[in-house]
Amino acid sequence: MKETVKIKSKKLNVFYGEKKALSNINLEIPERKVTSLIGPSGCGKSTFLRCLNRMNDSIEICKVEGQIFVDEQNIYEKNLDPVLLRARIGMVFQKPNPFPKSIFENVAYGPKIHGLANSGDELNNLVEVSLKKAGLYDEVKDRIDEPGTSLSGGQQQRLCIARAIAVSPEVILMDEPCSALDPIATAKIEELIDELSKNYTIVIVTHSMQQAARVSNQTAFFHMGSLIEVGKTEDVFSMPKEKKTQDYITGKIG
Amino acid sequence: MSKNTELISKSLEKRHRSEKRFRFFGILGIGTAVIFLITILSSIFVEGKGAFKSTFIQLEINFDQEIIDPNKTNNPEEFKFANYKLLINDALKNYFPEVKDRKTFRDLSVFISSAAEQNLMKLAMENIEIIGESKKIWLLASSTIDVIHKNPQMENFLEEDRLINNIQMSWFNALKKNGDIKFGLNTNFLSNADSTEPEQAGILGSMLGSFFTLLVTLLLCFPVAVASGVFLEELAPKNKFTDFIEININNLAAVPSIIFGLLGLAIFLNVMHLPRSAPIVGGMVLALMTLPTIIISTRASLKAVPPSIREAAIGLGATKFQAVTHHVLPQSMPGILTGTIIGMSQALGESAPLLMIGMVAFIVDIPGSLTDSATVLPVQIYLWKSTAARGFVELTAAGIMVLLTFLVIMNSVAVFVRQKFEKKW
Repeated sequence: MKETVKIKSKKLNVFYGEKKALSNINLEIPERKVTSLIGPSGCGKSTFLRCLNRMNDSIEICKVEGQIFVDEQNIYEKNLDPVLLRARIGMVFQKPNPFPKSIFENVAYGPKIHGLANSGDELNNLVEVSLKKAGLYDEVKDRIDEPGTSLSGGQQQRLCIARAIAVSPEVILMDEPCSALDPIATAKIEELIDELSKNYTIVIVTHSMQQAARVSNQTAFFHMGSLIEVGKTEDVFSMPKEKKTQDYITGKIG
Repeated sequence: MSKNTELISKSLEKRHRSEKRFRFFGILGIGTAVIFLITILSSIFVEGKGAFKSTFIQLEINFDQEIIDPNKTNNPEEFKFANYKLLINDALKNYFPEVKDRKTFRDLSVFISSAAEQNLMKLAMENIEIIGESKKIWLLASSTIDVIHKNPQMENFLEEDRLINNIQMSWFNALKKNGDIKFGLNTNFLSNADSTEPEQAGILGSMLGSFFTLLVTLLLCFPVAVASGVFLEELAPKNKFTDFIEININNLAAVPSIIFGLLGLAIFLNVMHLPRSAPIVGGMVLALMTLPTIIISTRASLKAVPPSIREAAIGLGATKFQAVTHHVLPQSMPGILTGTIIGMSQALGESAPLLMIGMVAFIVDIPGSLTDSATVLPVQIYLWKSTAARGFVELTAAGIMVLLTFLVIMNSVAVFVRQKFEKKW
């Protein structure tokens, strides 16, 4: 299988003050595939995800060493604007966090601030397309001006995905997007991830190994701030190379 | 019962008792507070309600052309120079023909307020056909008569404890018997500025003074305080220096207000030479005092906005500043506005710093602009309270009623704004 590498981390070390959160992470993330990051709580998988769009910048004590390349460009380079990076790499958070505004305004916000739509019609169209891609359009088309927070949890999360898609990112980062959702809503999101992976590179952090097994093409297992094992999902789950991975997926640690 | 259950049930009684005791003290505290509140409000109301009515005396005024328009010009502008006091004196002499000598008449002439002359002049100028005719007219009584009229029990006082002597009392009773003395609405109270005569003194001057002062305070304070709060909370680097500033802002909120007055006196008046007693300077001083309050409430409300909203915006590629202005600030508006109105209420009730910059002057003109001499409501109350004349007592209480009304209105606005903006989507 020939794969293009979209994101590549090289000797990545992250510190929270004195504490080392990630040590020496070298990971390649293939383009237009789903990569899942698994591991027990506090293993650094979310920290790694947040390094990819420099969301950690806002944490004062967080210090990042090493390099992350997106399309061969180091995103920790001095003159790189993190705002531009975040427009290219969208993010969906653990808890659905729609803005306290209408559904339309939620999706339109990104395109508006980046000036992606030249006219009202274009913006309407963009919002519609994004909602359709997120599989939400049919459910909300009659109440697009109602508040985003009036939707159910699963709908809110899909709204957040639509909001991220509206800016046409290349990569979508998802930080445990289903942990606050019920199984039916989770199934819908997983379906959506599958659909989206045709056009976007997706990195998903998940607590659920079943979810990782269901949605991802590649799985990376983190433990105590280190990347233990990475490989094709079916390989990692069926014949892990490392003992720790084996212990984790069989429930001995975690 | 197991041993543990027994132990727990024993201790339970004590635990419930302590809760009950605390509850009792809470109710006791609230009860005491309510009683005090009712007492103070009712005493102010009882004392002050009289200020909204004043006494009028009916006299038959002869609009003598010889006095009003001796040159027979029929030009209302000429009427301004007439001595209307003579008209009133003639009418009084006609009413009480037994009063002959000058000394006794002086006691009678104090019955009518000097404001009545102005009213007669206005009447003559507006109704030129009245010249040469006689007409019964209600004239504003002086404050002394007003006090006697409002406190009927004073008739039984000893002559030297009363404000008027026995002869005056008999005149008063004669007027009363004839139905020529009555209460009317005190329009002066709401339409005049301060005066040395209680029956002519009004609250409008200080109301406008307070309004102009607070306007300056709000315009200076709100934008600066919100911007400072946003900068310090969201954008400034967190280091020793910003910590130092934060501590100082918190301390500033606790500085006695008179210090700000001294600062205003030293800087705004002595260095910048801004006008003394002017609302613009008062507003600047109060703005200094209110700034820390609004900055603190801005920062607290910004802090209360869940970080997920910030992350959502930043994750989409909004700059930090956009995330704040588009999402965080609107969400924290109710808190900021509540803090602002609390700060403004404080400023409305503040008098000490304004004394320092001369807003305590006796001012009879109603201020029309930010640079006119003016006083404010609490200072006006203080001024009336420290005046000896009996008539100012009810004005003081009425002034407090006006001030409290404004405070209640402002706080209701705060509640309303809070509920309106807090509508969670």
